[in-house]
Amino acid sequence: MTVTEERQTTTLVGESVKRVEDARLITGEAKYLDDLNLPGMAHVAILRSPYAHARINGIDTSKAAEHPGVIAVYTGKDFEDLPALPCAWQAGGVENFVNTPRVLEIDRVTFTGAAVAVVVAETKYAAEDALGLIEVDYEPLDVVVDVEAAVAEGAPQIHENAPGNIVMDWSIGDAGATDKALGEADVVVKERLVNQRLIPTPMEGRGAAATYEPSTGEYTVWMTSQDPHIMRLLMTAFVFGIPETKMRCIALHVGGGFGTKIFLYHEYVLIAALAQKVGRPVKWMETRRENYVATTHGRDHVAYLEVGAKRDGTITALKTKTYANLGGILSTIAPGIPTTLYGRMLSGAYRIPNISCQVLGVYTNTGMVDAYRGAGRPEATYLVERAVDLVAAELGLDPVDVRRRNFIPPDAFPYDPAGILNGLEYDTGDYEKALDRALEIVDYEGFRREQEAARKQGRYRGIGFSTYVEICGAAPSAWIGTVGEGWGASMWESAMIRVHLTGKAVVTIGTQPQGQGHATTVSQIVASELGIPIEDVTVELGDTLNAPFGYGTYASRSAAVGGVAVYNSLQKIKAKARRIGAHMLEADVEDVEFADGKAFVKGAPDTAKTIQEIAGAAALAYDLPEGEEPFLDDTTYYDPPNCTFPFGTHIAVVEIDAETGEVSLERYIAVDDVGKVINPMIVDGQVHGGIAQGIAQALWESGVYDEDGQLRTSSLMNYAVPKAEFFPPFEVERTETPTDVNPLGVKGAGETGTIASTPAVVNAVVDALMPLGIRHLDMPLTPERVWQAIEQAKA
Amino acid sequence: MYTMRPAEFDYHAPTSLEEALTLLAEDEGSRPLAGGQSLIPLLKLRLALPSALVDLRRIPGLDEISANGGLTLGARATHRSVAESDAVRSGWPALAELAAQLGDPQVRNCGTIGGSISHADPAADYPTMLKALGATVTAKGPDGERTLAADDFFQGVFATALETGELVTSVTVPALAAGTGAAYVKHRHPASFYAVAAVAAVVSVEDGACTDARVTVGGVTAPPAHAEAAAEALRGSSGSEEEIAAAVAQVPEALTGARGDTYASGEYRTHLAKVLAGRAIAAAFERAAA
Repeated sequence: MTVTEERQTTTLVGESVKRVEDARLITGEAKYLDDLNLPGMAHVAILRSPYAHARINGIDTSKAAEHPGVIAVYTGKDFEDLPALPCAWQAGGVENFVNTPRVLEIDRVTFTGAAVAVVVAETKYAAEDALGLIEVDYEPLDVVVDVEAAVAEGAPQIHENAPGNIVMDWSIGDAGATDKALGEADVVVKERLVNQRLIPTPMEGRGAAATYEPSTGEYTVWMTSQDPHIMRLLMTAFVFGIPETKMRCIALHVGGGFGTKIFLYHEYVLIAALAQKVGRPVKWMETRRENYVATTHGRDHVAYLEVGAKRDGTITALKTKTYANLGGILSTIAPGIPTTLYGRMLSGAYRIPNISCQVLGVYTNTGMVDAYRGAGRPEATYLVERAVDLVAAELGLDPVDVRRRNFIPPDAFPYDPAGILNGLEYDTGDYEKALDRALEIVDYEGFRREQEAARKQGRYRGIGFSTYVEICGAAPSAWIGTVGEGWGASMWESAMIRVHLTGKAVVTIGTQPQGQGHATTVSQIVASELGIPIEDVTVELGDTLNAPFGYGTYASRSAAVGGVAVYNSLQKIKAKARRIGAHMLEADVEDVEFADGKAFVKGAPDTAKTIQEIAGAAALAYDLPEGEEPFLDDTTYYDPPNCTFPFGTHIAVVEIDAETGEVSLERYIAVDDVGKVINPMIVDGQVHGGIAQGIAQALWESGVYDEDGQLRTSSLMNYAVPKAEFFPPFEVERTETPTDVNPLGVKGAGETGTIASTPAVVNAVVDALMPLGIRHLDMPLTPERVWQAIEQAKA
Repeated sequence: MYTMRPAEFDYHAPTSLEEALTLLAEDEGSRPLAGGQSLIPLLKLRLALPSALVDLRRIPGLDEISANGGLTLGARATHRSVAESDAVRSGWPALAELAAQLGDPQVRNCGTIGGSISHADPAADYPTMLKALGATVTAKGPDGERTLAADDFFQGVFATALETGELVTSVTVPALAAGTGAAYVKHRHPASFYAVAAVAAVVSVEDGACTDARVTVGGVTAPPAHAEAAAEALRGSSGSEEEIAAAVAQVPEALTGARGDTYASGEYRTHLAKVLAGRAIAAAFERAAA
C-alpha cells in the first residue's frame, strides 16, 4: 500500500476545509430547477388519481382545453407510442414480474397519486385551474395496502402478470444447513419485525424542464437528479429509442435527494415529450403533496426472524422470510434494494456460520418504494442488531458481551460472510476498537450502575447498541452487472482533468451531489496532489455534455469510486508533469521527482519547475520532450475491485416517561470508521444528518395508508420529519481503518448514520423497558405505542 | 387534489378598520388575512377559495398589547410579541409561555392571536388557555362591536361565534387575583407542533386552601372542554399529590368524543389529558403560592 507515502506529500486531504459551494448556496445565488426560466416557457400540472386502484373508463379533457391560458391537455393515450419505463435493477437470478409506470397511465391506476392526464398552460396557476375541469370516469377496484394481506389468498390482484401480487421470490444462503443449525441451537428466538414505510422528504421536490429542437431532433432536459447520465441512458435507450447524442441531461443544484432522485420518473419523460409536442420549453415542479404521494418512499418490510445461539451467546444461525412492499408499480431499481443490498448484508459485523434469507417483493396499492438513504442496509442492520439483543435478552447476557463474542476478528479479513455476498468479501475492519471507544465515551459501567439506581426509583432508563457494518462504494461492474445481482449496467466512474495554461485545474466528474460537497472534497484531492491552491480548482458536474459518463451519487460511492478516479487521473498528470519538468530542468526523468507542486532533481528541491510553469510549457508546446503531446490533461475510468465496508458502534441512551410513554433521548454516541477521511467537517455533517434521519425512523416517522389506499400522512403537518431541537448534541468520533480496496483508503460516509442509529434507539428503549418483560416493540416508538406496551406489561 | 397553488383571488390592503369592515361586508366571499399561517396553506390546498383577501397588516394599532389591570391583546399581536411582552410575562406568565412554544419561529413571527382564535383549530393552543383564564373576545362587524366570553366564542372544530363580515379586534384577559396561579402543559405533535393534548389550569389559593379552580383541556375535543368535576374536586383542597390525583381522575368525564388520528387515539389523548392535568394543576398551585 502506498497510501501512507502519498499522505506525506498531501496537506489538504484530511483537513476540514470550508466548503467551496457554500458562498453561493448561502447567498441564494445557487440555481435550482425552480429558478430556471427559459424564454417562452410553458408550465405543466399533472392530474393524479384520487383512487388507489381503479380502472379508467374514459377521460374528458374538453372543458380543460378551453380554459383560458391552456395550451394543451393530454392523456395517456396521447403517449401510447412510448413504452413503459425500464426497471433497471431487477432481483438477480430470479424471474421478476415487472410493471412500471407509463408516461401517463392509460386504463388503470394502482396507487393514489398515479398520473392520468397533463395540462400545459401559460402559467402554473392556469394549469392547476384546468386540472379541476378534467373529468375522469374511474371504476374503483378492491384495494390492498398491507404487504401480508396482499399475498394472502383472495387478495385483490393488482397486475395480471404478477399472480399473488408477487414481484419476485428471491433467496440466498443454505436454507437446509440453516434449518439444521436452528434445530441444534441451545436457544432459538423468533420475532416479527416491522420496518415501517418512510417518506424521504428532501427539502427540494422533484421537477423537470425541457426544450426540443425540431431541426436537429435534440432534447435538453433539466431535472432534479442524482445521476443525469443514467437519466439520459434510460430515456434515450429504453424510452425514446434515440441515440444518446440526441439528448442532453442537466442537473442544476439539487436540494437533497436521499435516493429519491436516483430514479427515472415518468414525469421526466413526460416533460421531454411535451417539449416536442407543444414546440415550446416546458417546466414542471412538483408540490409537496405530489412529493408525498408520487415520489418514492423507503423501507416498508415485514420480516420474520429466527436466530439460533449457544448458551454462551454464540450465534449459530440466522434465518428470515421478509416481505418487501414495493408499492403499486415498480420504481427504477426497486427490486434490487431488498435483495442485493439487504439479504447480502445479513451477517452484520458477526461471524454467523449459517444464514438463509427469502425475500418476497410484493405489489400493494401504495406509492412506489425504492432506495432511501441506506437502501436495504438499514433494514438489514435493524434485523441483525435487534437479533443480537433478542439473543442477549433470551440468555440473560449483556448485549455488549454477545456482540464481542460474535464479532468478526481483525485477523479474519478479508472475510466472506457465509457465502452470502456472492463473491465479495468484507475488506477491512476492527470492530472491537470502535466499540471500546464508544463504551469509554458513554462510561458503560457507570451507566449500568445509574440505570440500576433509577430502576429502584421506578424510572426507566436504557442503553442501546448498534455495532453495524455496511456496504459502500458500489461497485465492481463485474459483480453488480452480472446475472447474480441483476443491475442492468456497470458501476465505474470517470474523471476528466485539464490543467490549463495558467496552472488552474478543471475537473469534470460523473457523480452528482445533492448537498454532499463534492466540489470541496474533489478540490481537496486535486489541490493536494498537484500542489496548487484550492481556489485554483474548478469542479464541473451535473451535465451530460461534461463528463464522458458517470453513474451518479448514491450508495456512498462518490469518494470511494468517483474520488479514486480523480486520484488515479492525477497520478497520470503528475507523471506527465514530471516528464515535462525533467525536460525543462534538462535532467533525466529518472532523476526527477514531482512533489508539492514542483518538479525537481532529487535532493535539489530549490531548483524546481512549478506546476504552473510546467502547465504553461505543456500548453504552449514550443519545447516539449520528444514524442510528448501538448497540454496537461487526462481522462481516467475507475472500476473498483470490491465494495468497501464501513463499520462502527452507535450508542443511544434514553429515559422513558412511564406516564406518557414519551422517549427522551439523553445521549447519542457514534464512533464510525469510514476509512480515511478527506474532509472531517463534511463527514461529521453527513454523520449528523444521517443519525437524525435514522433516529426519526425509530421514534417519529411513519408513512401510513388507510385501508382505501389514501395516504394519511400526506403533509409536513402530520408526517414527522426530525427537527434539530429534537436531539441532544451528538457525540461523534472516528477510528480510522483504511480500506485496501482503493489507493485513497476511503470507504464512504454518506449513509452510516441512517444505517446505524435506528436499531441503537430501539434497543435502548427495549433495554429501558426490560424490567417489564418487554422484548420487542415495532417502530415508530411513539408515546402512545410505548405507553400501551407499558400498560399491557403491567396488566 | 394534489394542488398547492391557490386559485385566483382579489387582494385588498385597507389602512383602517372601517375600510376593512366595508370591504368584507361588500363581498361575502372575501376573507380577512392576518398572519396567514393557517389561511395561506388553506389557499394553497384550495380548501379555501375566497373571492378576495382583505389584508389587515396595514391597519394601525391592531397589534398593540396593553396591561391596565386586565390584559388587552390586539388581534394582530403576533405569538412572538405575546411571548416577549414584559406585561404578559410579568402578569400572565403562563400565557407568555404558551406563546413561546406555539408552532415554530416562523409561525410565531407571523401568526397572530386574532388569526389563531378565528381559525379555531381544535388543536390550537390559545383557545384552551383563554377559556381557562375567562378571557373575552371583542369583535367588530357591520352591526357594530360586541364582546363575547371565550366560552361562547369557541363553538367547535374550526367554528366560532363570529358572523360573516365580523373581525376579531382584541382579546382581553382579566387580571389574575392575588394567590392565583396558572399553568399550561402541552404534548405537542412532532410534525405540526400543535397540541395532541394540552391542559390549562388556573387555581386560586387562600390560607392554603383552593378557593377556585379551572381545568381546561385542549386538543382532545372541540372546542376545548372545562373539566368541571376535576375543578370542583380541587376546590377546598390543599393541592396535595393525592388530592390532585383524585381531581385528575375526574378529567375524562369532560372528554366525551375524544378525537383520534394516525398519531394518537382518542383513548390515549384522554389518558394524556389526565397526566397533563396533574402536571398543570401542580404547577398552578406552585405559582399560586409564589
